[in-house]
Amino acid sequence: MQLTSRSKRVSNKKLSLGERLYLPAIVGGLGITIKHFFKKKATIQYPEEQRPMSSVYRGLHVLKRDEVGRERCTACGLCAVACPAEAISMIAAERQPGEEHLYREEKYAAVYEINMLRCIFCGLCEEACPKSAIYLQSDKLAPSFFSRADVIYGKDRLVQSMETITSAKSLKSGLTTSDRYVDKVWKDGKY
Amino acid sequence: MLKVTIDGQTIEVPEGTTILQAARMLGPEVAPPAMCYYSKLETSGGYCRTCIVKVSKGSEKDPRPMPKPVASCRTMVMDGMEVQNKTSPELVEARKGVVEFLLANHPLDCPICDQAGECHLQDLSFEHGIESTRYEFERRTFKKIDLGPHIQLHMTRCILCYRCVKVADQLTPERYHGVLNRGDVSEISTYIEKSIDNEFSGNVIDVCPVGALTDKTFRFKSRVWFTKPVDAHRNCDTCSGKVTLWYKGDDVLRVTGRKDAFGEVADFICNTCRFETKKTSDWVIEGPRVIDKKSVISANHYLSDLKVPDFAYEVGEDYKKIDDTPKLLNPAAQ
Repeated sequence: MQLTSRSKRVSNKKLSLGERLYLPAIVGGLGITIKHFFKKKATIQYPEEQRPMSSVYRGLHVLKRDEVGRERCTACGLCAVACPAEAISMIAAERQPGEEHLYREEKYAAVYEINMLRCIFCGLCEEACPKSAIYLQSDKLAPSFFSRADVIYGKDRLVQSMETITSAKSLKSGLTTSDRYVDKVWKDGKY
Repeated sequence: MLKVTIDGQTIEVPEGTTILQAARMLGPEVAPPAMCYYSKLETSGGYCRTCIVKVSKGSEKDPRPMPKPVASCRTMVMDGMEVQNKTSPELVEARKGVVEFLLANHPLDCPICDQAGECHLQDLSFEHGIESTRYEFERRTFKKIDLGPHIQLHMTRCILCYRCVKVADQLTPERYHGVLNRGDVSEISTYIEKSIDNEFSGNVIDVCPVGALTDKTFRFKSRVWFTKPVDAHRNCDTCSGKVTLWYKGDDVLRVTGRKDAFGEVADFICNTCRFETKKTSDWVIEGPRVIDKKSVISANHYLSDLKVPDFAYEVGEDYKKIDDTPKLLNPAAQ
């Protein structure tokens, strides 16, 4: 009885003279190796040389500020509930009088953490965010880490730095990954 | 007994039953939503018009249909009445209009509001696919009113259902808050700022269908869907002591009454149970609360993670009965 269709019959066929000579196979193998010397390389010298990245690439997260530099995030928890990997956690706090220039809404995230070991960069947090606060940058990768403590990204590393507020490039005008994709498809005329 | 047919389902109900009550007897799938009616509060209902239904046959004696949708919480059942709720497309359209009116002045601050996830207005607008209103004028906004250390009033979110007023009238001996002014400018307030500190005043939080009255001790602590509801009880002299505890990790973040499928609490609880006793050791845990699968509260909850707190003292009682004095393995060797 045949248990699987992938079984092979073992043959005890004697080697032919050409196979027993051994040298033709060596020459053939070397030929393959030498052919690869003249082919285009599959690798690049990474830090010096970089591949062009797609505009819809989902890289490292950023917590956006609005046009006047206030944090957009209101700690609504929708990113955390949308996250399939349960990578996001947060603790909310109430904005005190006099802090209106720091936080856009009445409530803000006092602690906002993303566990990069858990994150699968699916971008669902970005889709879920009602305040256009969290984005996965298309031009920045999550760097490698060497200790467990480095893996938890807090607000110190997630919130957009104030210097980038004024540059128009940083304001992606509230576009999500899918919006950017639609834009790109539209621009390329491939639809 | 009167026979009434709601959405094709027939039920016999005693005289004096309203259409809404009859529909609720048939089950939550049939029952029209209600924002102001609260079965435990007398004279509630009739303000919000969310529970409107179409009466396609008035009664056996007078089979003419009623000329316009009626509020089911205030309309009594007649023998042989036929009612359409979700089966009537024009009624669903009419209710959509009602929801839009309720949202006319309601701020869309669900990401901030503590009620989000268990808000009836949110459910209602979600069901009818309404994300905003076509209302172009400025929404009503109010200054924050201080109601004491326990209750947070956000008048901006209020839909004027009067439930909290009826709680104060019917559960507590004195009422300090009420509806001031008329029409578009009417608001819930205490007139002269005064804290509401009656022992049963905390129930206004439970009856509020929106996030206008929220628990100050729970304010911004956690979103509802990150907490785990657990049924518990304690011996309380003033109330039944039957509550739902909302856990995050090992901490009780919030205590509420036990809400049924219609969002109504089974028993009103006192302020001591609600605000003062927030330690696991104050309570006897009955078990995890069953939450509707479709509810956001059950999102991201894996049952194996639901940690029922163990009771060292209860286990300790059993432990005393066990004879655990050290014994030699081989007494004969002594």
